[in-house]
Amino acid sequence: MSDLLLPPSLEGVEMVRSVRTPAHLDYSYTPGRAMSRFLTGLAEKKIRGQRCPSCGKVYVPPRGACPTDGVPTEEEVELPHTGTITTFCIVNVSFYGQGMEIPYVSALVLLDDSDIPLMHLVQEVPYDQVRTGMRVEAVWVSDDELKPTLESIKWFRPNGEPDRDASTMRGNA
Amino acid sequence: MAGSRKQRAAIVGIGQTKHMSTRGDVSIAGLIREAALRALEDAEMTWADIDAVVIGKAPDFFEGVMMPELFLADALGCAGKPMLRVHTAGSVGGSTSIVAASLVQAGIHERVLTVAFEKQSESEAMWALSMPMPFAPPTHAGAGGYFAPHIRSYMRRSGAPDHIGVLVALKDRLNALKNPYAHLHEEDVTFEKIADSVMLWDPIRYSETCPSSDGACAMVITNEAGASRGSLPPAWIHGAAMRSEPTMFAGRDVVSPRGSRECAADVFSQAGIVARRREIDVVEMYVPFSWYEPMWLESLGFADEGKGWTMVEDGSTQMDGDLPVNPSGGVLSTNPIGASGMLRFAEAAMQVRGQAGEHQIDGARTALGHAYGGGAQFFAMWVVGADKPA
Repeated sequence: MSDLLLPPSLEGVEMVRSVRTPAHLDYSYTPGRAMSRFLTGLAEKKIRGQRCPSCGKVYVPPRGACPTDGVPTEEEVELPHTGTITTFCIVNVSFYGQGMEIPYVSALVLLDDSDIPLMHLVQEVPYDQVRTGMRVEAVWVSDDELKPTLESIKWFRPNGEPDRDASTMRGNA
Repeated sequence: MAGSRKQRAAIVGIGQTKHMSTRGDVSIAGLIREAALRALEDAEMTWADIDAVVIGKAPDFFEGVMMPELFLADALGCAGKPMLRVHTAGSVGGSTSIVAASLVQAGIHERVLTVAFEKQSESEAMWALSMPMPFAPPTHAGAGGYFAPHIRSYMRRSGAPDHIGVLVALKDRLNALKNPYAHLHEEDVTFEKIADSVMLWDPIRYSETCPSSDGACAMVITNEAGASRGSLPPAWIHGAAMRSEPTMFAGRDVVSPRGSRECAADVFSQAGIVARRREIDVVEMYVPFSWYEPMWLESLGFADEGKGWTMVEDGSTQMDGDLPVNPSGGVLSTNPIGASGMLRFAEAAMQVRGQAGEHQIDGARTALGHAYGGGAQFFAMWVVGADKPA
């Protein structure tokens, strides 16, 4: 670059080596029938899953089909608002656009009567006391704030029941 | 086709860039060309010798350049030649190598150039991997946030002590000091410094994670006729396999995914390897978070379930151990994401060609290159050897 012939007005000016060009994307999201049932249920304080007619596993959120058997999951199952932490991490990283106060606990919660864990927050307990096997319950937003989103559940908190044996949760942890 | 068989294929040229957090001296095109030219020089070939180019990188979302292969075609001498782009998330460098090899093994092309890259200084991978999901709480925090709970599951299931992850990171950073191309050269690294580094995604510490790198890797793969052309011996491909599986299904073993175990069984079977730990001389394994070394040691069948961590603790995976893992310093020392898998494959080939310099494992004749990607759902592996396959 040293042999580049610059006009006098640019001599001695620092070269541009990179520019930042932030990109923004807007999405239209089509949840489909199964996910719509799940989301509208959340606005009514209900957690709806679906059972596979072949393997009997209950999926939440339901995806309309069993990923293992490839068959429609039409039987709807209303799930309890309690579950067990199968594993978790304590997040100490904040980054642009996320906005959570750190540290926070991001946990995989296996709802009772379901067969696949949901990822959600665990609060109302010191982060260093969260453990695998801990029994938790959903804490909902106030009734007038309920919306068709998993954010209608603010977080999960310990419900005081004795821990479940983690070794029995194999495959989901 | 009954009765048909794959043609033998070999790696005859290998090149990589000096990896750094910012390669401000080159564009993406300049970066990949640097690796490609070194691979051609190593193969004692020119652009005219190449029949086809296979390129791979991680999601376009990282650099924000859609289909970068289109604007990179001329930098890679693709005019008038077939060019193919591969994408399988973090495993892409491995699967790109395998696609390139398959074009030779199938007899379609004689000499294929394959290249993989990432320019993380021009991208925002943490953000690109943490997109807000519709109608869900914003709990997701990058790749570390995804893998940390699975690592915790491994620690619980195996009973591994907490310092195993620190030992892996220390080994890889010390190995990197012997690799002039590695990004991290931490001359003053110690066990204490890694153990005392900040917990990012508990149980993952800062120093147990991979860096963000700019870098590229390239290889020239030829058929048997081309394998004897150069002065250096070729690395013969003895087996190559890929597997994938859904991110989520009930009962999925996230610590040792079925796709990983079946991919390993396939690649070792192709290579005629029975006693995996004894017959493999060196492993270049995809370990972006230190705990994945013991996890993959088990999943790949080098250790019994729950015992991978003991191989770390007793030094078996160090350069002078019986199964050296990542003498190059691995992903923990260099992570141009799209190229990271190809670097594993290329470093495995360098070992059996005896061209790994200071990080050469003496007498290495058979090596495994390994990569994984997505939510530990894409797997790519190859076994390369100094001996021509039967």
